[in-house]
Amino acid sequence: MTSADYEIVIGLEVHVQLKTASKLFCGCSTRFGAEPNTQTCPVCTGLPGALPVLNEQALELSLRTAVALNCEIPRLTKWDRKNYYYPDLPKGYQISQFDLPMSQHGWLMISDPEGEFEERKIRLIRAHLEEDAGKSMHDEEAGKADSRIDLNRTGTPLLEIVSEPDIRSPRQARVFLTELKLLLAYLDVSDCNMQEGSLRVDGNINLHIPGPQGVIATPIVEVKNVNSFRAVERAMHFEAERQYECWQQTGERLGDVPKQTRGWDDKAQVTRAQRHKEESSDYRYLPDPDLVPPVDPAGRVESIREQTGELPAALRGRLQQQYQINAYTADVIVNQGRPLVDYFVELAEKSGNAVLAGNWIQQDVLRTLKEQEIAIEQFSVPAGSLAELLKMIDAGQLDNSRGRDVLQAMLETGAVLEQAVASLGIEQVDDVALDELCRQLVAENPHVVSDVQAGKQQAVGALVGKARQRNPNVNPGRIKEICLELISRLPPD
Amino acid sequence: MPLSRSDVERISLLARLKFGEDELDRMTAQLSQIVQYVEQLSDLDTDDVEPMAHTLDLVDVVRPDERRPSLSREEALANAPRHDDECYRVPAVLGD
Amino acid sequence: MDLTQTSATALLSELRSGTCSSLELTRACLEQVERHDETIGAFLRVDAQGAIDRAKSIDQQRAAGEPLGLLAGLPVAVKDILCARGVPTTCGSRMLETFLPPYNATVIDRLEEAGAVLLGRTNMDEFGMGSSTENSAFQLTRNPWDPERIPGGSSGGSAACLAASMVPLSIGTDTGGSIRQPAALCGVVGVKPSYGRVSRYGLVAYASSLDQVGPLARTVEDAALLLEVIAGHDSRDSTSAPGEVPRYSETVSQPLEGLRIGLVKEHFGDGLDNEIAEAIQEAIRTYESLGATVHEISMPHATYGVATYYIIAPCEASSNLARYDGVHYGYRTDTRAMLQELEAERQQLSPDADEDRLDSALVRMYRRSRAESLGEEVKRRIMLGTYALSEGYYDAYYLKALKVRRLIRGDYDVAFDQVDVIAGPVTPQPAFRCGEKADDPLSMYLEDLYTVTANLAGVAGISLPCGFTREGLPIGLQLQAAPFQEEQLLRAAAMYQAETDWHTRRPPLA
Repeated sequence: MTSADYEIVIGLEVHVQLKTASKLFCGCSTRFGAEPNTQTCPVCTGLPGALPVLNEQALELSLRTAVALNCEIPRLTKWDRKNYYYPDLPKGYQISQFDLPMSQHGWLMISDPEGEFEERKIRLIRAHLEEDAGKSMHDEEAGKADSRIDLNRTGTPLLEIVSEPDIRSPRQARVFLTELKLLLAYLDVSDCNMQEGSLRVDGNINLHIPGPQGVIATPIVEVKNVNSFRAVERAMHFEAERQYECWQQTGERLGDVPKQTRGWDDKAQVTRAQRHKEESSDYRYLPDPDLVPPVDPAGRVESIREQTGELPAALRGRLQQQYQINAYTADVIVNQGRPLVDYFVELAEKSGNAVLAGNWIQQDVLRTLKEQEIAIEQFSVPAGSLAELLKMIDAGQLDNSRGRDVLQAMLETGAVLEQAVASLGIEQVDDVALDELCRQLVAENPHVVSDVQAGKQQAVGALVGKARQRNPNVNPGRIKEICLELISRLPPD
Repeated sequence: MPLSRSDVERISLLARLKFGEDELDRMTAQLSQIVQYVEQLSDLDTDDVEPMAHTLDLVDVVRPDERRPSLSREEALANAPRHDDECYRVPAVLGD
Repeated sequence: MDLTQTSATALLSELRSGTCSSLELTRACLEQVERHDETIGAFLRVDAQGAIDRAKSIDQQRAAGEPLGLLAGLPVAVKDILCARGVPTTCGSRMLETFLPPYNATVIDRLEEAGAVLLGRTNMDEFGMGSSTENSAFQLTRNPWDPERIPGGSSGGSAACLAASMVPLSIGTDTGGSIRQPAALCGVVGVKPSYGRVSRYGLVAYASSLDQVGPLARTVEDAALLLEVIAGHDSRDSTSAPGEVPRYSETVSQPLEGLRIGLVKEHFGDGLDNEIAEAIQEAIRTYESLGATVHEISMPHATYGVATYYIIAPCEASSNLARYDGVHYGYRTDTRAMLQELEAERQQLSPDADEDRLDSALVRMYRRSRAESLGEEVKRRIMLGTYALSEGYYDAYYLKALKVRRLIRGDYDVAFDQVDVIAGPVTPQPAFRCGEKADDPLSMYLEDLYTVTANLAGVAGISLPCGFTREGLPIGLQLQAAPFQEEQLLRAAAMYQAETDWHTRRPPLA
């Protein structure tokens, strides 16, 4: 089975929990992890007589996101009730947006750092606001099956982002989600934590199979219960293969059978058909008479645009251009989030060597952050200090590896740069001493001299190694230069 | 009649109601009569008329993102037909 | 002086001057309830001890010279549809028979802040659906003027207890006429404020874009006072109108110069009872004698009011009442019996039948809980609304109705350019007999033809007594004014009441 046999067509539906202090329509806290049913009120539990009032910040955050996703923001938008019965939906309807969503027709560019696909534009159908439902947990006790309902989550603001089926591979799906999540982090609109449920993904997938009479589309399958981006990729991959086999056996096409829903089983790494729903969903949408339209969100857009900082895609480009770092480095830095970008910029400016700064960040800084399980904000060496260190390296006063020792000392002991340098006994070795040392080494290692004279320049490395052993403060580059110079002046053996 | 018995059965499921045989017949007849009556609205030409969902021309009613006290768990569960002091309890939900 | 026959305004005077205490007044009201409510059935619940304690407390505060609210010491009855913390709030339904709200409706808060003595909870048509209070799951309320007849609905209890002199003030709600119609049939005053005038927070919703809480009283002055107390913006209700509330009680007795009254020619058709038509005409003549001018106006879409209402209201109700499912509160069916029923049906399936065809335990629980605890009228409206909103029907019914609604509002806008208030009947016939319309829902709906348009358009309306039929049954005059013109409306109504004494008549209680 090669990719020439069929084309995979994927659309994703992402639910993002917005980072507000209180719920979408009431003042209950949205804090994760509270004891069941301790963050509810008459409004979010749908008690008789309770009424919703819109959280201003939820509107603001969703507009910020829609603008960053290049969406059209219409002047008119409204709230609708989506009516259905479920124990985690106490009003018997969800307040959402149906035919006039607050934003539509946006897009997100994705590119593969590993080059498996060309840069693509993934179009977005819409992004709209809605309230979350509660949680339902299965419980078996004494042989009787019950569900336990926790309404803490009911009423939390969600932004539902729906893409067009523009995604063409499981990998693209993962990259799309990664890029979206990064964007949302930059916008500071959500915690985007799939484990905590602040980001949820459902996928719709089918295949386009070329046939003798044109392209055949297979029935669309909705895939649910994927709890990580990796799982999304695997589930889509599994589904594509399963659908192809299914098509080969049954020949079913889009429209032949109703849309199927399948759940991803992460343990078994398969999708399974979910039990048929009670009845086909007739949500009987009607405009919510308890809420008035948020008018002219388009009017708020200008000020939102002004206030939103640079976004990942733009940042990557600017960093490359302004600091002459390569695409890969720019990508790594930007993907770590705005605080690290800020650190890089300060480091690059103060050290005067952006490429060096970029390398050091990728290797030393990020490695340390990972080891210590901290974020850049908790990194104990300020950019200014690290910049001074890099300047020393740039000036040839230290080599990279010695520089690392210094950084390590600063991290371990909290010492400032001068102290760390001193504590390691690093001193500048003057040229006279260097020269003297090199003469000694050249004299002591005639076989190295002959190797070099025979054309093997690399052999001088042995001399460098010995030099460092004798004095760790020597600049290896200088040793190499001087030794080669001396050897070149020796008469051939 | 505008509505058939099976229409009414289908709607009763959507509405989460249940009717006995006699009730179903009665409901079908009454609903049909009422629907027939309200259908007179189709006499009116409303092609150029905007629907009026709200009588008050309010827009942009919002509240600041501030936390307000929630009900205590006891208060929240106080009216629950069945609970276990932590959660509401219902017969098992499909797909849990 | 018989305290139970005195107006609220006069009682306040007595209370302030110390001629009587709130305790005396409250006791007198409770005695009246004791004497007559067995027959009348206006109250679902009377909180005698609570009322007495409250009355005493107000008396103490008054004696101590503390600042008191506008209603301080006055007993008020409240329709059992407004949530009050810890007070059974049934909405006349078995579904909420044991429901105890953990919070107060804004209106309840305002009544309490104003120093009212909340005497009890009045009977109503279940969830506000009905025009006779016969749809209450609990008891019948009888019209004090003739116990064989209905008091009107859905605020039948609130109107009856006033007519029977049990309280000086009561609170009702009006979605399609549910304050004005029982007020008319019981010979008292009832006001439906403009939509958004009074907060709906804590009002158990029937049709959200139509519902309003409003005052009932025996005089227009009293109604003005009560409206002033409960009206005003509420940040917990997104549909609540911003802006200051005029001091209705201070201006109500000022007559209006050059009042222009509109008579809707479409109102005076065949269906209207002759005696009512005559009483209205007589009332118009009274206004003319006071210097008002009368103008015939047309509201061409008025006849579509009932059809429009009986699409919009059931649609919104079907959604508002979806929460009554026995999951988080309210009535839940006997789940053991329900599971047995499921098992029995499973056994009866033929071997090749799909078990998924059977209702699951959860669906079964929902259906049984609602079927067993909701009344027939409520079910009928839920079914109607569900049908009209279901896939394929939305445009033809709900959307269409919303468009006709705009046309109806358009009629009012044109009318109020020409006149200050619209006068006309409240009901097409006086109070009918209990059970008379039980089997004919549509004929019951048609009773609302004069009142529904005010709700659809969001305008303000008042019903006040303007005569009696030969059989001694009250007749109501309806006045309507443009949105937020309650001051004008009340002044126009008070003008009439200053010239007539219909509102002083009392039913011959046993």
